[in-house]
Amino acid sequence: MIKTFTNGILRENPTLRLVLGTCPTLAITTAALNGVGMGIAATLVLVCSNAAISLLRKVIPEQVRIPAYITIIAGFVTVVQMLVKAYAQSIDETLGIYLPLIVVNCIILGRAEMFASKNPVLPSVLDGLGMGIGFTAALVTMGAIRELIGAGTLFGITVTAGSIEPMVLFILPPGGFFVFGMLIALANKLSGGGNKKEFGCMGCAGCPSAKTCSEANGGGGNE
Amino acid sequence: MSNILAILVSAILSDNYVLAKFLGICPFLGVSKKLDSAVGMSVAVTFVMLIATAATWPIQMYLLNPNGLDYLQTIVFILVIASLVQLVETFLKKFIPPLHKALGIYLPLITTNCAVLGVAILNVEEYPDNFLAALVNSLGAGMGFLLAMVIFAGIRSKVERANVPDFLKGLPVTLVSAAITSLAFMGFQGMGG
Repeated sequence: MIKTFTNGILRENPTLRLVLGTCPTLAITTAALNGVGMGIAATLVLVCSNAAISLLRKVIPEQVRIPAYITIIAGFVTVVQMLVKAYAQSIDETLGIYLPLIVVNCIILGRAEMFASKNPVLPSVLDGLGMGIGFTAALVTMGAIRELIGAGTLFGITVTAGSIEPMVLFILPPGGFFVFGMLIALANKLSGGGNKKEFGCMGCAGCPSAKTCSEANGGGGNE
Repeated sequence: MSNILAILVSAILSDNYVLAKFLGICPFLGVSKKLDSAVGMSVAVTFVMLIATAATWPIQMYLLNPNGLDYLQTIVFILVIASLVQLVETFLKKFIPPLHKALGIYLPLITTNCAVLGVAILNVEEYPDNFLAALVNSLGAGMGFLLAMVIFAGIRSKVERANVPDFLKGLPVTLVSAAITSLAFMGFQGMGG
């Protein structure tokens, strides 16, 4: 039970090990605090949708499961959107379009498909919580690095801004790609270069469209 | 007219959906290994973006907004896009098999592509009173996606032959190349207003 929970935080960290949900990871991590907001919103949706899908797993017919999952997820995203709009205006402004886009975050659909549709409610909730915390931790780490180097602050508090000229590039899009690449390299290195096998189509193990994706790549010609 | 042109140029270059707005990163990293699959994917994405905007913009303006149902936006949009993609796939399979053979494989991937939903949502937010501008923006977003994919597929084929340190192999080095590509696109900032 505990393993289910910690799995998402370290061994199968959705962002750094499975490489899912890359869009929000790159887009909103310009500051550490944004990572907290996005992480909590996504965790809420993840836990609720995992619980609902797990409860309905015997009712939803196999053929229409993906549309059904998407509808359930979209419902919870709408709830979170309304909550954020009502109680956390500033988060709503910083996350902007990425808040409704949680619907298409592959972490959530991926966990529904890989875990919640096959397991009882309690493990599914724990899995959702673990994955959510893992996602939040990765977002905050990345946000902190980019904020510290790019703006010289941390959680909005000035750290090095006075003494060292901040490298604005790090909070611009190229910095996002660069820091993300370095973090994944670090995660690979720390886990003993565990990724021996080539990322044919990266992080695809947990992605619901993995099969089609690799077919699309393979159908392209040689290799 | 110049306004429409400005929207098109900025959607393709300075506000590139992939490299500046971070929408559609999954296919950008996942399907950019080969040039022909990159082109196929981008054409399919452009097509779906256009029809998605053509469908969701009127729904938002004439159905959701007048009835005070705009909070249903997320659910309605994703369902409309998912069923449209399914419909297009069935239609192509039945009536234009060669096109289905070329694009069919990419269509299921597009449902969960955040660029498509992102364009649909941004269009109703940014161009609530100009349907044409919304359509042009979708076209530009798709073309920008195509441009980024083609350039990146070329860069990746070179990187693949380079000798990179072990722990950087695969995704990390791909992301670093993406950073440099994105840096190049920043040069367009300020163009097209």
